[in-house]
Amino acid sequence: MASHGIKDQVAVVGMGCTPFGEHWDKGADDLLVDAAHEAYASAGVTQDDIDAFWLGTMGSGVSGLTLSKPLQIDYKPVSRLENMCATGSEAFRNACYAVASGAYDVVMAIGVEKLKDSGYSGLTGSRPPSDGTDSSLTAPATFSLLAPAYAHKHGLDEETMKEVLTRIAWKNHKNGALNPRAQFRKEVAKETIAASPRVAGPLGIFDCSGVSDGSAAAVIVRAEDAHRYTDKPLYVKALSFSSGPATGALDSSYDYTTFREVRTSAEEAYKQAGINDPRSQIAMAEVHDCFTPTELVLMEDLGFAEEGTAWKEALNGTFDLDGDLPVNPDGGLKSFGHPIGASGLRMLFECWLQLRGEAPPERQIDSEKTLGLTHNLGGQPGACVSFVSVVGSELG
Amino acid sequence: MRGIIGYGTYVPYYRLDRSKITAAMGSGGGRGHRAVAGYDEDTTTMGVEAARNALRGSSPIPSSIWFATANPAYLDKTNATAIQAALDLPQETWAVDAGGSARSAEAAILGASGTAGVSMAVISDLRTGNPTSNDESSGGDAAAALIFGDDDDAPVLAHALGRAASTGEFLDRYRLPGESSSRIWEERFGEQAYLALAQDAIERATKSANVGIEDVDKVIIAGMHARAVRGLSKIAGDKLVDDLTGLIGNPGAAQLPLLVASALDQAEPGETILCVHLADGAYASVVRTTDAIADYTPFATVASQIEGGSDNLEYNLYLTWRGFLDREPPRRPDPDRPGAPPAFRSEDWKYAFVGSRDRTSGAIHLPPMRVSMDGGAVDDMERIRMADVPATIATFTVDYLAFSLSPPTVAVVIDFDGGGRFQAEMTDVDPNEVNIGDRVEMTFRRLFTAQGIHNYFWKARPLAN
Repeated sequence: MASHGIKDQVAVVGMGCTPFGEHWDKGADDLLVDAAHEAYASAGVTQDDIDAFWLGTMGSGVSGLTLSKPLQIDYKPVSRLENMCATGSEAFRNACYAVASGAYDVVMAIGVEKLKDSGYSGLTGSRPPSDGTDSSLTAPATFSLLAPAYAHKHGLDEETMKEVLTRIAWKNHKNGALNPRAQFRKEVAKETIAASPRVAGPLGIFDCSGVSDGSAAAVIVRAEDAHRYTDKPLYVKALSFSSGPATGALDSSYDYTTFREVRTSAEEAYKQAGINDPRSQIAMAEVHDCFTPTELVLMEDLGFAEEGTAWKEALNGTFDLDGDLPVNPDGGLKSFGHPIGASGLRMLFECWLQLRGEAPPERQIDSEKTLGLTHNLGGQPGACVSFVSVVGSELG
Repeated sequence: MRGIIGYGTYVPYYRLDRSKITAAMGSGGGRGHRAVAGYDEDTTTMGVEAARNALRGSSPIPSSIWFATANPAYLDKTNATAIQAALDLPQETWAVDAGGSARSAEAAILGASGTAGVSMAVISDLRTGNPTSNDESSGGDAAAALIFGDDDDAPVLAHALGRAASTGEFLDRYRLPGESSSRIWEERFGEQAYLALAQDAIERATKSANVGIEDVDKVIIAGMHARAVRGLSKIAGDKLVDDLTGLIGNPGAAQLPLLVASALDQAEPGETILCVHLADGAYASVVRTTDAIADYTPFATVASQIEGGSDNLEYNLYLTWRGFLDREPPRRPDPDRPGAPPAFRSEDWKYAFVGSRDRTSGAIHLPPMRVSMDGGAVDDMERIRMADVPATIATFTVDYLAFSLSPPTVAVVIDFDGGGRFQAEMTDVDPNEVNIGDRVEMTFRRLFTAQGIHNYFWKARPLAN
């Protein structure tokens, strides 16, 4: 029994990504049509060429019909997946495996979420009937638990911690300002971020990702077929997923400064991709910056910084667009908002642009490296699911 | 000999300074404070806390619970069952309600004292009144539990030498079901009725006890008719036990047992106490303390709970908590009601705060799990009740968005003494005064009410003392 990975067996040959934002004029159906057809055009295929579909959505529909109806798909398999905030990545992972297995030649992974129709702030969702004892904390509150714990463990005073979190938000907004698909396309002054109204613990409104609608899609084929569709395919080097036992809130040894699920999924992905020093080998990373302390902790869990040093690296610009290892060059969840089912594929879309040299010049990364990483997280500290992918523009 | 073998009381954390009513409304209010149940408390949860305190100060386990309140959390459904469940008492426990009036306190006391075996009377009340009304300022919220038994069960602390009751059908105080405020007839009318009924009951009670009024060491006079209570108190002179109304207000049905407990907190062996209750008649009981009272230490005295409260409660918050002031709700979905079958399945957890402990590794699971997080053993757990175990805050946050009747929500991750971790809501605390390392204890609360279902569960609060 072992996990083997599917390095270089499948490739992404076309992608689409709608602008993310408050699409009052578009429903989930419209967003799916837009993303799917942009991806078809990108790969130079028609819908008839796609053999099977994987749709990720948390709450914008149930069953494969959510996709087959708006797209008028003719009696082909559509799987609908949900894995909390990692839903989009989960659609991608399963679609890749279907191609690697030999079951299909050409498949699509597509994700969507229509959040702005609920009329509520933040995420909403229906849960199965319960005994009423589950925590009622909001997502920002559960992730805010990371901040005092990290500061306490690594000796940061409150002010320094706030400065670190502020700089992460500032950096992602700065990147998002250069991205026409982002929900927020303006730089935000550090003073504004730091002074924003409190949401939970030390987190202000600018420490939180926005709420938006969006969709993104990828066309996936066997690696050996990739050049039939594009000169610049993106090869899948690693796909990993970790679903934890959710014992953080039960186990006194958990200290709220790390995600064990991220560490295990990163380790597995690096093993599959043959990476031993992610900091020096990866050109760029798209990570799940749902809240600023999440990105801080992820830098250590993904091996981009030594434990206890990510705050310094964040402050000195290591993860800036022109830093050693650009993180969230597209602006991240911070600038895009987080339409659940779409986010994982939106991250992949930035790798698609950057590693193929097709990002707009003002945010194109200048790197000899050929590998990109996406990281997608669902749940909360101590009880989450984590996805890591590594993709590359070259075989081997 | 049968009598009181243990007791416990509960005075909620918050006090409303009556002058804040006057300041806000231009009328009403007055001097002193009233005790106020938190936004997450009702008569059932306060009853649980009083009963917990009684059981923590006494060893025998009651075989029946007699719960009384004038302000029941549920109608049709018995409220004593939630108390039985929260105390982790076995299903053989006979748990019943009396309710509707202040006089129902007598039903609980008579029921518990007259039923063989160890029996507990739990009496709780939460008093509301229209803004600026006398009831609003003079009412109070509290609960008390009296455990009755025989010397075989535990040393009797006090027993009744004699008692008598009189009953009168007259309109003094009344309320239609669903109304948030009582109606009261002209005070002078009730006064004359009560004084005659009280005189009759006291005469017969002292006669059956074979003591003269001059032999009495202390006199307790409880009742919501302030004028009648004041009039009757002339018979007591300096033997009158402070009725605490200046400090916490009058907690209706709970006043009599609370004052009995308060008197026992300070009683010497061999004291004779005359207890009088004015409620749709009069009830008089002559009680004598035994030598055992000298060795009895209540878990928390009434005085210590009054001392430990916070008088920072603002009047607008009080009005919000009691439903007299509706605020703009957060732009979030209403909470889901708990499901009856899931709540039934997890009764031990939800009501009694019972987790599971791995018999091999000792790992404590909150909530209980079938598969151990330490070693993976399956179905090899024993139950472990954590309700009375103190804990320490490992980390915390303040949630300004979560649904709450009184935002913000304070959430804490706590590590229990001896093992076990839980993420809890924290209550009875200033959000600015929470720190890693602070000590907490568990308290039974009503998290919210959704679609007619009260969602009861446990929260953390600062550890007393």
